[in-house]
Amino acid sequence: MPLNAEQIVDKVRGSRVWRSVFRSGTGSSTLHRALAIQQNIFLHLFATKVRKRMVRFSATWYLGTMTLGTFLILVITGILLMLYYHPSVPQAYADMKDLQFVVSSGLFLRNLHRWSAQLMVFLVFAHMFKVFYRGAYRTPREFNWVIGVITLLLSYTGYLLPWDQLAFWAITVGSNLSSSVPLVGSKIHFLLLGGNQVNANALLRFYVLHCVVLPLAAILFIAIHFWRIRKDGGLYVQQSEPKAQAAPDTALTAKEVK
Amino acid sequence: MSDPKDFVAGIDSDQRRSPTRVVFVTRRTSAQVKVAQEDQVQTFPEVLFRAALAIELLAISLVLFSLRFNAPLEGIADPTHTPNPAKAPWYFLGLQELLHYFPPVVAGVLVPTLLIIALIVIPYFNINIEANGLFLKDRTKRLRLFYLAALGMLVFLLAFHVYVAVAPTVLVALAMIVAAYSSPDSPSRFRRYLALKPLAYWIMTWFLFELIVLTAVGTWFRGPGWSWVLPWRS
Repeated sequence: MPLNAEQIVDKVRGSRVWRSVFRSGTGSSTLHRALAIQQNIFLHLFATKVRKRMVRFSATWYLGTMTLGTFLILVITGILLMLYYHPSVPQAYADMKDLQFVVSSGLFLRNLHRWSAQLMVFLVFAHMFKVFYRGAYRTPREFNWVIGVITLLLSYTGYLLPWDQLAFWAITVGSNLSSSVPLVGSKIHFLLLGGNQVNANALLRFYVLHCVVLPLAAILFIAIHFWRIRKDGGLYVQQSEPKAQAAPDTALTAKEVK
Repeated sequence: MSDPKDFVAGIDSDQRRSPTRVVFVTRRTSAQVKVAQEDQVQTFPEVLFRAALAIELLAISLVLFSLRFNAPLEGIADPTHTPNPAKAPWYFLGLQELLHYFPPVVAGVLVPTLLIIALIVIPYFNINIEANGLFLKDRTKRLRLFYLAALGMLVFLLAFHVYVAVAPTVLVALAMIVAAYSSPDSPSRFRRYLALKPLAYWIMTWFLFELIVLTAVGTWFRGPGWSWVLPWRS
């Protein structure tokens, strides 16, 4: 008797090879579904259950989820862009032109990376304000918003890499602010740029920060951010928000059990 | 037999002042624990599916946007040729707009540092945790302080010619005055909403308005020499 698709999936997930890799086996019971989260190194950052009212769109607007989405797009497109990019002067700009005219879909790749980055900065701001207006900064979540700062640094360091007029002068204007810090301003400015003005050293420094240091920091802090949500008792619930109705949930469970 | 008055039974519901609380169950009532009955869904598959759907929709929109609109690319970087105006990335244009009015040490160092400190300390103040309506307690005193602060801010902004920051300040101040003269039992839903808002809400809303206005002005309304231009007139 031929197996249908569902049975094939079950058979694969129940196989010894699958279980040796993923630990949790097949099954759609509550236990198996909990194990699917708990036994996975990435998913175990999340709780196995979420309050029903927090799943609704109005509760979070899914801003955090979408921020993660932009980050994933940025990692993928960023790695692909690195294959075509040399962090040197003037080759960096020539690579931009190559992406535009020579590399297949190169322009699209750069567009996607750039627009996703801009959107991520916007989403991080929106997420922060949404969290504030929900009052979700209350103990013990005081510190979880700090990760947003890394996003700004990531975006700022990426801004220089195309090495066009826009990039050069934006970073010049931005980094000049650091030299107005009292006493140590010029030292910070020099440390940031590897010189007294934006030059090839600055490009290399921003490249290393943008492609290695900051993404690693971001991944680490995103992991802590998610883990903290679980440890702090799930997404913050406003007292005034109505609770989800009990009836539809029990009906769903009854149907699932069959 | 000991004196029945060798202890004092206090009644206190503030858990910060008296962390150990004793409950005296008088008469024949049983202690009742209120359990919040809360429906939950399993993360797998429901929540993960929804998250994946949100990310999918986002990715599709971004792909469509990227097919339609090209990322800007100007001529090669030239240190000898300064564009006019030279603008920072858009999320710093609010600060750059401030730089137009204040010396760099104020706009570039003091303001961002104070902002970050303010954002860090908000959750650590009990006044923000309790989150009572700003004018519900000590109304006269707080109203007087508010008028003083609002007026001081307006005079400060006008003295430094920061006219673009005046409108958000006035808007938030007006909303706060409405809040001060609204009661939480008001028949109007909007006034009930305003009356219950704490100080942190007002400061954050003012910050949000200023952020939007200053960033928008810096992005679209500033031309050569940081002069005022209208974006629809090229």
